[in-house]
Order: sequence, then structure tokens, then C-alpha cells
Amino acid sequence: MLLDALRNAIRLIFSLDAEVIEYAQRSLSIAGLSTLIASLLGIPLGILIAEHEFRGKRAVVTVLNTLLALPTVVVGLFVYMLLSRTGPLGPLQLLFTVPGIVIGEVLLILPIVTAFTLTAVARTDRDVRKTALATGANTRQVLWTVFRESRFGVTAAVIAAFGRVVSEVGVAMILGGNVDRFTRTLTTATVQHVDMGNFALALALGLVLLAVSLSINVLFQLIQGGQK
Amino acid sequence: MLRGSKRPSRGGFRAVTVLSLLLAACTAGCGSTDREDAAAPDVLTLATTTSTDNSGLLAQIHPDFEKRTGIKVKVVAKGTGASLQLARDGNADVVLVHAPGLERKFVEKGYGVKRHPVMYNDFVIIGPKSDPAGITNAENPAHALMLIADAEHDFVSRGDQSGTHEKEQYLWAITGNYAEPDPETFVLRPTGDWYLSIGQGMGKTISVATEKQAYTLADRGTYYAFALSEPARTDLAILYEGGDDLHNPYSVIAVSPNKHPGVNFEAATKYIEWITSADVQEMIGQYTVQGKMLFHSM
Repeated sequence: MLLDALRNAIRLIFSLDAEVIEYAQRSLSIAGLSTLIASLLGIPLGILIAEHEFRGKRAVVTVLNTLLALPTVVVGLFVYMLLSRTGPLGPLQLLFTVPGIVIGEVLLILPIVTAFTLTAVARTDRDVRKTALATGANTRQVLWTVFRESRFGVTAAVIAAFGRVVSEVGVAMILGGNVDRFTRTLTTATVQHVDMGNFALALALGLVLLAVSLSINVLFQLIQGGQK
Repeated sequence: MLRGSKRPSRGGFRAVTVLSLLLAACTAGCGSTDREDAAAPDVLTLATTTSTDNSGLLAQIHPDFEKRTGIKVKVVAKGTGASLQLARDGNADVVLVHAPGLERKFVEKGYGVKRHPVMYNDFVIIGPKSDPAGITNAENPAHALMLIADAEHDFVSRGDQSGTHEKEQYLWAITGNYAEPDPETFVLRPTGDWYLSIGQGMGKTISVATEKQAYTLADRGTYYAFALSEPARTDLAILYEGGDDLHNPYSVIAVSPNKHPGVNFEAATKYIEWITSADVQEMIGQYTVQGKMLFHSM
């Protein structure tokens, strides 16, 4: 059965099945958009926390690290209750839409981007700051220099966040509802086809997912390599 | 990728050890249950639909079977399509499903021995109480779907090749050119943006329809379970019911030992004799949830 499924899976992938392509595009755009938003919020936040000493900083860092293991179903459930017809954001009608999924994904990966950025920035050399200050840089310029110095670690944060979104199913299923033509992604479609007993199609979708993650990682590696 | 991460810390090692121990414990645990199943011949795997399992009927009647025969029933609840697939792969001994068309094919191809009618109930079309598409006055269920299509009001479809999905496609087929078959899967469905196919179980479908204030086709049992629960899980109302087209018969079929010699055919035969017996038929007819009868015996 596994061999048959594998053979069918490979055939489906190479025939560039229209549905498979649609799900892959949707998965990628959700992951891209959520990662972009989470990076715009999380990278500055990570740098700010790293560069400032304040009371309760240790507690903040501990909470952030705990949130790295935030369960997808908990995020999904929480946002579901916000977006539900009877919830506080119900009038926006975002449940079972792509923007609804993106809200959940951003919450899921914000801690990842923030915590990884924080670690990367905290590890940059103290001398970088001293040199920048000595050359007469203002606070914003110092932060920019620190960011440039830690870009390697920050890129890792972005890759990790993107990978988390593209591969997770809890948030996408709960908030998207796996609606055909609207919110069905590679992962939710895989779950559906496993439930329906269509293992060949499920396996094909799983392989496409792996291929997508692999290509994105290779791409980021190339970008990182270019930075060296 | 992070600088300095190549140096594994002591904490890391400890975490790995704990994780491996946990994994080992789990595998040992799971392994032993598998062996128990294999050694004990008195376990029957029943593949059935979410609607029968969610209704609570099986939990109510199965203790009687276990008491009489000493055979334990393992219930795997999926859609009808998936249940039949489980059986085709030899992963179930007997199926209790509700899609006459798919069942006939299953028996014709030699996977199942024979269809035995067990019970029936009916499907209902539910939707927002205000009934924006005005289906309450529809002449028949297919006409009701046509009114929804004309109004382009949201309709949520199971879309998972379950018995309910099969019934929905049957109704679309009656409407004529309101729905077109998908060129690859031959699944019959309307093309409008108001038609939401979610590929999930009955409960999830009612939840999505409730959120969207959409129409959907539901089996009466699951609908009652959602509407009469405390607090109610749906505020949708039954807007169309009755008539032969919404009839929903359930059958039980033993998986053929000719296709899969490993199946527990003896236990499956006992199960079919039991569930079609007068005593159990009476139990099925008397089963109620919140005072509502969910299934009629044959």
C-alpha cells in the first residue's frame, strides 16, 4: 500500500495537479505574510529588549522562551474565540478567511522572531556598540549597527518562523476551517485526505510540503551565504 | 545557525535523555497493547460514521453485546467513505455506514459479504432562523437547494465523500444544471463562491455553518446533539424536512475473509446477528437524546 501510495504521490506532483499547486500557493502566501508582519514587529521588539536594562527583564525573557513552545491549537482556539460571530472581533467576519489564519500565525511566531532576535543581538560584541558610540553615532544609529552585526542570527529567526507557519496545521485548521478554494492549505488538505482514507493524495501533499520547506531553506541559506 | 550553538550544553544532554526515556516508555506501552489485540481473538473492529458514534447510541448498546459474547468492540468513527476504505485495506472487521450507493459497490467488488439493514433516520436542511432563501416553502429538498443557489446564500458542504455528502450530491443531481461535476473527481457541486466545501465531519460542518449563518445538510441525530446540548452549540433551525429523498438508511456489512484472511469474520457475523436481533432493534428504537428519538429500527 505504501509503495502504491508513493508512486501515485510522485505522479501527482509531476503532473502539477492544479489543486496541489493552489494549496501550495496559499500555504506560501500565508507563511510569507505572517512572517513579514511578525518580523516587522518582532525584530525591533527583540532588539529593544536586548539593548535595554529594565526591572523584570529576566521575567520577560523567560516568558518569551516559554512562548516558543506555544501550542498551535491553543493559539487557534484563542483567536477563534476572538473572531467568532459572538466574540469581540466578530463583526470583522475574519473567521474562516486567510486574514484570520494570518492573525493566528503572527501570534504563534511573534515569540519565535522576538526571542531569536534577542539572543542574536545579546551575543553581538560589546565593542560594536563602543565603536559606534565613539564614532559619534546616535542611539538609533547604534541600534542599526547592532542589528546589522546580528543579521545572521536574525535571518535564522525569520527562517524558523516561516518554517513553523508552513508546517503547522492547528492554527490553519481551526481558523481557516479547510474551506475549499478559500482557506485550504497543504497541511489542512493533508489532514482531510488522511481522514478520508485517500493516502496517496495525502502523501503527495506531504511530499510537496517537504519540497516547499526544503526550497525555502535552501533559498535562505543562499541569502545567508551571500551575507558572509 | 545561532553562533555558539555548536557547543551542546549539559542541559541539552539532560533534555535528550529525558526525551528518549519518555519515547521508550511510550513505545513499550503502545507495543504491549498491540500484542494484546493480536493475542486475544475476541476484539472486533467496527468502522462507522461520526454520526452514529457522536449520537451516543453505540456506547449505549455495545455493553450488551460485550456481555453476551465476551467480544470487545473497538469503534473507529470516520466518514462513510473513509470507513469503507479502512475495511478495503483490511483494517476493520465490520462496517456500520449510511451510503447505499457506496455500500453496493463495496459488496459488488467482493470486499463486503452482504448488506444488512439496521436502522434509519433522516437528513434535514438547516439554516438561519430568518431563512433568507425562503426554503421553508420549497416543494422538495432539491427545490430547497435550488432556492439557496438562486439566493447565492452561503451553503456549507461536508465535501468528504461521506454518506451525508453522497446524499447532498444526489440532491444536486436532481436540480439538473445547478451543479457541475468536477472534471477530476466527478464530485457534483455548484461553482459559486457561496458554496463552501470543507472536507470535514458533520459536527465541524454544523459549527462552520453556524458561524457563517449558512445552510447545510445534516443528519437529524447530529443536529439534535448540537441544537439540544446545554449550552446549545448551534442556533440554526430545521428549515426543510420530510420526504423519501431525505431518507437515511444505515447498513452493517462484514468484511469478506476472502479479501482479507486476517479479519475477525466470526466476531463480525456474531455482531450482525446481534444488532439485527429483535431485542437490539427494540433498544435502538427506544434510544433518545433529550426526549428526541434519533433512529428508527427496521
